[in-house]
Amino acid sequence: MIRLDNLTKVFDTPKGAVVAADHINMEVPRGEICILLGPSGCGKTTTLKMINRIIRATSGKVFLDGEDTTGMNTQDLRRSIGYVIQQIGLFPNMTIEENITVVPRLLGWDRTAYKKRARELMDMIAMDAEAFLKRYPSELSGGQQQRIGVARALAADPPVMLMDEPFGAIDPINRAVIQDEFLKMQAELKKTIMFVSHDIDEAIKMGDRIAIFREGKLVQYSAPDDLLSAPRNGFVESFLGEDRALKRLNLVKVREVFSDEMGSVKPDDTLETALSRIDDFGYQNAILMVNDRGEPAGMITRSVARTTRGYCRDHYQTAPPVAQLDDDLRKVASLMFANDTTWLPCVDARGRVCGHITQRAMTHHLGSRYRSRPEDSAPLRSQPETKE
Amino acid sequence: MPIRSLKSAGRWVLAILLFAAGVWAQRSGVIEDFLYYLPDVRYLAVQHLFLTAVSGSLAIAIAVPLGIVLSRPSMARFAESLMQVLNVGTTIPTLAVLALSMSFLGIGTVPAVFGLTVATLLPITRNTYVGLKGVSPALMEAAAGLGMSPAQRLFRVELPNALYVIFAGIRTALAINVGTVPLAFLIGAGGLGELIFTGIDLYDTVMMLAGAIPTALLAVIVDALVATIAFLVVPRGVNPSRA
Repeated sequence: MIRLDNLTKVFDTPKGAVVAADHINMEVPRGEICILLGPSGCGKTTTLKMINRIIRATSGKVFLDGEDTTGMNTQDLRRSIGYVIQQIGLFPNMTIEENITVVPRLLGWDRTAYKKRARELMDMIAMDAEAFLKRYPSELSGGQQQRIGVARALAADPPVMLMDEPFGAIDPINRAVIQDEFLKMQAELKKTIMFVSHDIDEAIKMGDRIAIFREGKLVQYSAPDDLLSAPRNGFVESFLGEDRALKRLNLVKVREVFSDEMGSVKPDDTLETALSRIDDFGYQNAILMVNDRGEPAGMITRSVARTTRGYCRDHYQTAPPVAQLDDDLRKVASLMFANDTTWLPCVDARGRVCGHITQRAMTHHLGSRYRSRPEDSAPLRSQPETKE
Repeated sequence: MPIRSLKSAGRWVLAILLFAAGVWAQRSGVIEDFLYYLPDVRYLAVQHLFLTAVSGSLAIAIAVPLGIVLSRPSMARFAESLMQVLNVGTTIPTLAVLALSMSFLGIGTVPAVFGLTVATLLPITRNTYVGLKGVSPALMEAAAGLGMSPAQRLFRVELPNALYVIFAGIRTALAINVGTVPLAFLIGAGGLGELIFTGIDLYDTVMMLAGAIPTALLAVIVDALVATIAFLVVPRGVNPSRA
């Protein structure tokens, strides 16, 4: 959908020519978010801004939807691309309504159409149209302003969005909220998005693909999991950080790692049965007790099962915390550490036990991806290797 | 508490002084003398305002576009030096400017309007230029990135956001203008200066005041008028007085 072909920018400075972007080749498939990531001065912002010509490319081409944009009129091109910047840049002289309808009005929509669109957009970003449309930007908080900034970029429903550190100026708590809201919106809108960030955690959270830049060159372009499991060189490795294995925990869902083979007992079973199941399944310490509705009800420990007679319902301990199938492994790891356990039962959306997840399975899952350095991480067409 | 009591005491003293002044004016016959000049004041005030209105509008009509042109990126190389030339221009006393314009335009209304226009030009140009340059680069990038043409950027984003500063310049310039118009009398353009300068020459304090007090009042009124226009015209979101 967005394809960059040998895109290059050379700045003439008093100290001589500086290559800000050096023959960048990449392609973002339709409906995906591509994060441009790297230290400051690496060329990621330059690359982004060459797409809507805020910065003129020295050479190279930009294709949108297969069409070469070189010959297009700059204003038309920009009106067909949503643009969000870090400083937000809402027009203080206009009301919120005027701000978010700027592009529709430039495109000559009639009054009823853009008024209606303004209300739709406010619904989309979960802000009250009645309360906010007539206000001015200075009356809004930073987080609200950036939501409006995103709405303004989405106003004319452009297929492509460019976002330059859009959530960089927002405090961490609000940032996480806005990121989640944005991902939820994106799940429906399926825009093709290029997104500049310098925050590796944001990149992993938001990106379908991540492009790492260094000194004007595209160093690696992969899916987040591939990037973390197989960094191409020392620079990428150090940029991702020593704890990149832990960062991968964010990317993997319980559903991908859990095992549905699991022994359990019912409250009406005897402790004898419990002991034999513990042995059958090879559990070390305990077995889960599940009630009639399939929900976790408690734990029968091996020592109790061995030394006591009676029914499970009279001799159980409190149930351990559970992992939802859609939780990420980071949360699971955190629960395991907090509760000093090596496994957790997994429950489905209705709270019924459907398997268990072990620390071993998690480390195995991460480890197996480490060993295979995937060739298929992403097509990097004729991208020169950077030296380490 | 002491400040508040001081304030109310001050108010009392002021009221008493005003009253005393009124009594004195009535007793000494100054008010009658003043009233004697009333028809003159009326006629000359109209002339005075005419000069202000013509030279002021001309100055606005020249200075605002000039400021806009100077603030364009393509003019960046010359803009600062041109502003310096204008700055040096204002250090020339208005009287000298009027004298100069008289020396090649003769006497009467035309040279006076010319001289006043030149003297009023700078504050407006300077404020227009500074106001436009002061519009945040982020706004300009957003405006460009959303696909506004250069003209749309100027009229929808830059000018509305610079308007408050531009109006501040117009306000200063017109207040100075009203205060300078009396000098126009010296090159034969009339105005309240006629009473002021004749009063000085004749050592007639009442006559001089009959010119000076209306001049001051006109300056205050013009200033209030421009402030009101600014209040109404500058968009609410960028208008500190309406925040």
